[in-house]
Amino acid sequence: MEKVAAGGALTTRVDALLAWGRKNSLWPLPYGTACCAIEFMAVVASPFDLSRYGAEVVRFSPRQSDLLIVSGTIVHKQAVILRRIYHQMAEPKWVIAMGACASAGAFYDNYCTLQGIDSVVPVDLYIPGCPPRPEAVMHALVELQRRITEGIPSKAQVIRMEEEKKGEGA
Amino acid sequence: MEGKVRVEGNPFGDLVFRTEREHLPAALRALRDDHGFDMLLDTTVVDRLELPDREPRFDLVYNMRPSLGGLRVRVQARIPAEDPVAESASGIWRAAEWGEREVFDQYGVRFRGHPNCKRILNHKDFVGHPLRRDYDIKKQQWLSEPDDLLDEMEKKRAADPEPGERESMLINLGPSHPAMHGALRVLLDLDGETIRHAVPEIGYLHRGFEKSAEKGNYTQVIPYTDRLNYCSSVMNNVGYCRTVEKMLGVEITPRGAAIRVILLELGRIMDHCVQLAANLVDLGALTNYWYLFNEREKIYNVIEALCGARLTHCYFRIGGSSHDLHEGFAEGVREVLRSVPRALADVEKMVARNRIFLDRTVGVGAISAADAISHGFTGPCLRAAGVQNDLRKDEPYYGYETYDWDVVVGEKGDTYDRIWVRFEEVRQSLRIVEQALTRLPGGPANIDDPRVVLPPKREVYENIEALMNHFMLTMYGIRPPAGECYGAIEAANGELGFFTVSDGTGRPYKVKVRPPCFYVFSAFERLVEGGMIQDAIAVLGSLNIIAGELDR
Ligand code: SF4
Repeated sequence: MEKVAAGGALTTRVDALLAWGRKNSLWPLPYGTACCAIEFMAVVASPFDLSRYGAEVVRFSPRQSDLLIVSGTIVHKQAVILRRIYHQMAEPKWVIAMGACASAGAFYDNYCTLQGIDSVVPVDLYIPGCPPRPEAVMHALVELQRRITEGIPSKAQVIRMEEEKKGEGA
Repeated sequence: MEGKVRVEGNPFGDLVFRTEREHLPAALRALRDDHGFDMLLDTTVVDRLELPDREPRFDLVYNMRPSLGGLRVRVQARIPAEDPVAESASGIWRAAEWGEREVFDQYGVRFRGHPNCKRILNHKDFVGHPLRRDYDIKKQQWLSEPDDLLDEMEKKRAADPEPGERESMLINLGPSHPAMHGALRVLLDLDGETIRHAVPEIGYLHRGFEKSAEKGNYTQVIPYTDRLNYCSSVMNNVGYCRTVEKMLGVEITPRGAAIRVILLELGRIMDHCVQLAANLVDLGALTNYWYLFNEREKIYNVIEALCGARLTHCYFRIGGSSHDLHEGFAEGVREVLRSVPRALADVEKMVARNRIFLDRTVGVGAISAADAISHGFTGPCLRAAGVQNDLRKDEPYYGYETYDWDVVVGEKGDTYDRIWVRFEEVRQSLRIVEQALTRLPGGPANIDDPRVVLPPKREVYENIEALMNHFMLTMYGIRPPAGECYGAIEAANGELGFFTVSDGTGRPYKVKVRPPCFYVFSAFERLVEGGMIQDAIAVLGSLNIIAGELDR
């Protein structure tokens, strides 16, 4: 592979092939903690049917999944565990924050609720709503697939690249 | 007991006893043994820091009733802030074990003689007690490492009467595990596949409902209640609104009551559908999930047309509802009435004589009626143990006594009974909805009381009275008279109560939820110990623990 890549000509096509494969076989880890998780269950159920997008194989094991969908409120007690699960996932990986709680703490502006999961894991997409409709979740998925196809780096990659750049600068 | 306990008048019709803290255990014991108050519903504290008469600062409250229905009683004793200690009631009711742990966690009142007085909702590194009035609501505290729970496990192992020669294995289940429903956790000590000891931990969804409720006005609490038991949000709305209505001394209109009955029962159907679907999925019977969720989707459609939201409805208001029913509501509900029984029959056909299903549920995780009562079980889980207990029959509201339906009870209190009670309850709920729909009275949906309900929008634009009324209500909120009040309804999981304290202003001074599944889950370790590891999964699903309500 590396040879091919070094040769230049095939590089983009291999990337495209990989991206195509990734896009059509996302395995979400539904990190459901609260009300949003019930709505996520509806997304997987037959009236909406997530499998139309090739992402119906939900896996609760971080080793087997590449898309973390955080649906529900994350409180400080949970945040440690969310972070651990995220780090156990293999690269490349993406994160979707489903709903107002995961995105920003929603109206739980209080002593126990994390004000958005981006303070513990890098987030690629935020879905507004409390809870978001199933269609919104699907829209996010399609948007993520578009980004994968077009080779747009994930938030985690962006952060890593920025850090590397900073490291070189120093 | 006489002479040491005083009956205190109460403006909201609850019977309240007051005593000194040293007489508390005797008084509680006497109430249980001599007067039949065998069920401890809830324990909490009122921090009187900002109320008149604020010394001694903490007012410890025990709330109880007889398991077969009847008068409710509260016993209260004042505890000074300098010495916040009381005698534990955990030897009298098992329900007190978790109830008192929560009081300690949230208010910092310690209990002498409690077997395990440690934090329960907040994490182990938390400093201070968030529900005290002087704790800043926004002061967050981070956790770096989750609790290993070994302290409790060691205690249990040491107390094991027959430790024997065995290889023990510790397994951590949850909080991120499909069968633990996202926010529950239990540490298991296994001997082969047999569970010797179990230590559950909760609080992974403790999002501060009670503190947040103190920050808004009475109406602003309603959306928070939606998110307690998010499988049947409407029921929580009703439970809360009914409590505030009780404080205000208002009675809703006949039409308003019928609307509430219909939506309460639809909520119960939805909740039971989710419970059954999730429980069966945990047992490996995935097909049932598609069947049951389709029905739920149909109810969603009706409710969405009614209030615009699928899950977090926020439809009811104090004094009625945000608006009357829409055209086509009845047809939508009729469609639900037609299709739910079909799906239910299909699912039953798939599981009723299924060998795997029977092997995994019959006799698994059984609880006796006496134990269930001691733990404070209510709702389907208590009825499955054979106790005929249903607030809709015992303390009827909204005319439940006029509908024709039956309370469903089980026999053995095992997983099978809990599942089957829910199947039957869905049928009973359908019966009630049918009758309520047929006799739905006309007239206004809201009461006509300018202290409570906003005037119609058109009048606000046209006359000054209505305009001022609108301003007053929006700016100062609904203002119930000062005092303490407990109101409850039979929610899908059991008795959902709200203990509300008013200081006479537009903001609730305190709202304490009595969450049904909190007390049900407190029995979890006893239900699974001695069973197999896979039984823990079947039992958990059958208890229907909803984290939003459990942790608030
Ligand atoms: S965003 Fe809303 S629906 Fe989702 S978990 Fe938070 S409160 Fe619940």
